[in-house]
Amino acid sequence: MNRAALLWRVASFAVAAGFIALWQLIANLKLVSPVFLPGPDRAWASLVRGFSSGDLWSKLAGTLEHMAYGWLAASIAGIAIGAIIGSSRTMRTYVAPSLEFLRPLPVSAIIPVAIAMLGLTQAMALFVISFGAIWPIMLATIHGFGAVEPRLYEVARSLQMSRLAVIFKIALPSASPDILAGMRLSLTVALILSVVCEILAGLDGLGHWVLLSARAFRSADLFAGVILLGITGYVTSVAMSLAEHRLLAWQAAQR
Amino acid sequence: MTGNSAKSLILPFAVLAAFEVWARATHLQSDSLAPPSEIVMALFGAFADLSILAATRDTLFSAFAGLAIGTIIGLALGIAFGIFDTLNRLMEVTVEAIRPIPSIALLPIALIALGFGYRMEIVIVAFACVWPILILSRAAVRSIEPRLMEVARALRLPPAQRVWKIIIPAALPRIFVAFRLSAGIALIVAVTVEIAINPLGLGAGIMLAQQALRPDLMLAYLVWIGAIGYALNVLLVVAQNRLFGRAALSGDGA
Repeated sequence: MNRAALLWRVASFAVAAGFIALWQLIANLKLVSPVFLPGPDRAWASLVRGFSSGDLWSKLAGTLEHMAYGWLAASIAGIAIGAIIGSSRTMRTYVAPSLEFLRPLPVSAIIPVAIAMLGLTQAMALFVISFGAIWPIMLATIHGFGAVEPRLYEVARSLQMSRLAVIFKIALPSASPDILAGMRLSLTVALILSVVCEILAGLDGLGHWVLLSARAFRSADLFAGVILLGITGYVTSVAMSLAEHRLLAWQAAQR
Repeated sequence: MTGNSAKSLILPFAVLAAFEVWARATHLQSDSLAPPSEIVMALFGAFADLSILAATRDTLFSAFAGLAIGTIIGLALGIAFGIFDTLNRLMEVTVEAIRPIPSIALLPIALIALGFGYRMEIVIVAFACVWPILILSRAAVRSIEPRLMEVARALRLPPAQRVWKIIIPAALPRIFVAFRLSAGIALIVAVTVEIAINPLGLGAGIMLAQQALRPDLMLAYLVWIGAIGYALNVLLVVAQNRLFGRAALSGDGA
């Protein structure tokens, strides 16, 4: 980062700090009822208190656990199913349009069905999260497999590679930018669905925490939870970007 | 093409038919599944007593009101950030700090501040819609042909006219792509808020059907919600192609 960019960054942080100061001022002057809007000082104190007592750690761990299990299951299943469908022309004509048809369905609408089948349980949450997160990954995989340079397939045919070898050596690497982009989208979906499931099923996690805080009008705890959810969203997406960068470094070098 | 679309219909119909036969053969008694014929009957029933239409109206009203507010805010900020690079750089940290908050996390805040009802749902939908519009319209404004801006300067257009006559028309195709994305998000967020907590609209309807142990009605709602999502998407894609043709395609990848 050069000097000018660094200065802009500092200035930008200063502006953000200014907004926080404004928020503090509004809270101090009680322009908005403190029942709804705690100052940043109270939200921060609640964060510190929550972490030192370990309460927030366990809630954060709960949410991360739901998110991670659901997302990983969706990634594995999504790539596997996507590879099966994407690597066969017949499957692409017969199956892919049905999947595209289901894409705009608001996935949260599956929650009541999952509750009816599995009850208000962890299994329900995992099902819903992975069901929601699987679509972007699966469709991206199918798309990526369809967009592989045809000459690569010709090479595979002349080398008489098996279908598995074609998938692992040619199609997957070539589709990896699409797949990783799908996995990044799914990460957001997984976080949102984790929160919704925790709210609905009362599972241990930040979603449940913010809802309980709201019901008890503990606005400082509520804001602490929302801030923590924002940080979770930010950190996971940055981590995903880094992983994407690392995993696709070979492609950038090739171009 | 007709051959292919016919082929694509085989699978869904085969699955539905197999499910119907299986449900009839085993005399299915379940709280979570119902044969397709009963789902269709339940859907007709819900249409006949107008309950599903009222729920659709509530959901679409909240979704579109939130979408409108989110679009206006997102567009204003996006255009401002796109024109004034200084402003954009100064606001960067603030925007990047607020954007990753999952929209649904605002639900409890909106709940205690506004209570149940349309208002809290609209606020959450608006929050979710602001970001895609802001990011994409900012990118669209930045990628406007610089010569157009030079023309505006040469004509000494005042800033308001510069926005209205040059920037918005030039960036409109890509802004519409952002709007299409946001419309999908608006529907998803509205239904999610209703399922999670807000007692109105399609989301509340489907939860109620589940709690009343009416799997046929619940699945009818699910089918209907899917149909609305699909119809909205098709409508916007058609509108995009009609209005902008190929011009919008350049924005789709970004």
